[in-house]
Amino acid sequence: MGEVRLEIPARVDYLGLARQVVAAAAAVEPTFRDERIDDLRVAVSEATTNAIEAHVHFGSDERILIRCNLDDDRIEVAVLDQAGGFDPAGVTAAPEATATDRLEFERGLGLPLMRSLADETAIESTDDGTIVRLVVYTPQHVATDDA
Amino acid sequence: MLFDVQVADREGWIVLAVVGELDLATAPKVRQAVIRLLADTVARGADLRVAIDLSGVDLVDSIGLGVMIGALRRVRSAGGSLALVVSEPRVLALLAATDLDRVFTIHPDLDTLLGGVRDPGAGGRIDG
Repeated sequence: MGEVRLEIPARVDYLGLARQVVAAAAAVEPTFRDERIDDLRVAVSEATTNAIEAHVHFGSDERILIRCNLDDDRIEVAVLDQAGGFDPAGVTAAPEATATDRLEFERGLGLPLMRSLADETAIESTDDGTIVRLVVYTPQHVATDDA
Repeated sequence: MLFDVQVADREGWIVLAVVGELDLATAPKVRQAVIRLLADTVARGADLRVAIDLSGVDLVDSIGLGVMIGALRRVRSAGGSLALVVSEPRVLALLAATDLDRVFTIHPDLDTLLGGVRDPGAGGRIDG
């Protein structure tokens, strides 16, 4: 149906704007429930946070691109950074809730949270940067799949 | 919604009330507030019972959750206890999705916490 593009500097001040734009793009489709838009907002927050931190870590002055594509049955959001890339499989996961060292880990929840909130998540990372794709389906798509 | 953190003494609890979105941009303010209130309370020799009131938080992400974990670790290390006040269903859902509802004491509102009554449907444990 159309693409919304947002370019932001790799600064934390722009994190809220990224969430707002994606939520507004999703709200164009009236069948998206508020809960699903909230899921998307948090998933986008995770992806954009990772992108900002990667840019800061690698000293990149490039901008982060956020693309939203709203289709009949889904919204797909891509967050593209131009930092040094990472290995998603190599990210240390947070320990189980009952682990004695659970409180020692403040990080490690971002990727699992993104995967649990979006219907589909894909991460492609190279030395040139990372693309995170998040897909949330409309209720019609889910109903069609269940039929 | 503008971000804000306020600290107040309420019936034996130090209540840290957070308003706004809790993310990479705002989480350091909560972390600093926790560190300050810990230092103040220990210096006064007062009981260290801390409540972080997230009733005014309409979005929290993994960075915000991480700050809560750090707060619990710091408070416990200082011999105190910490509880969360969470009324927003989507914040509760995130705590459940990350299993942190098994780590934190969670109350549905401040009155329940201060009155010592726990809503069994709110999840979490009694002692923080």
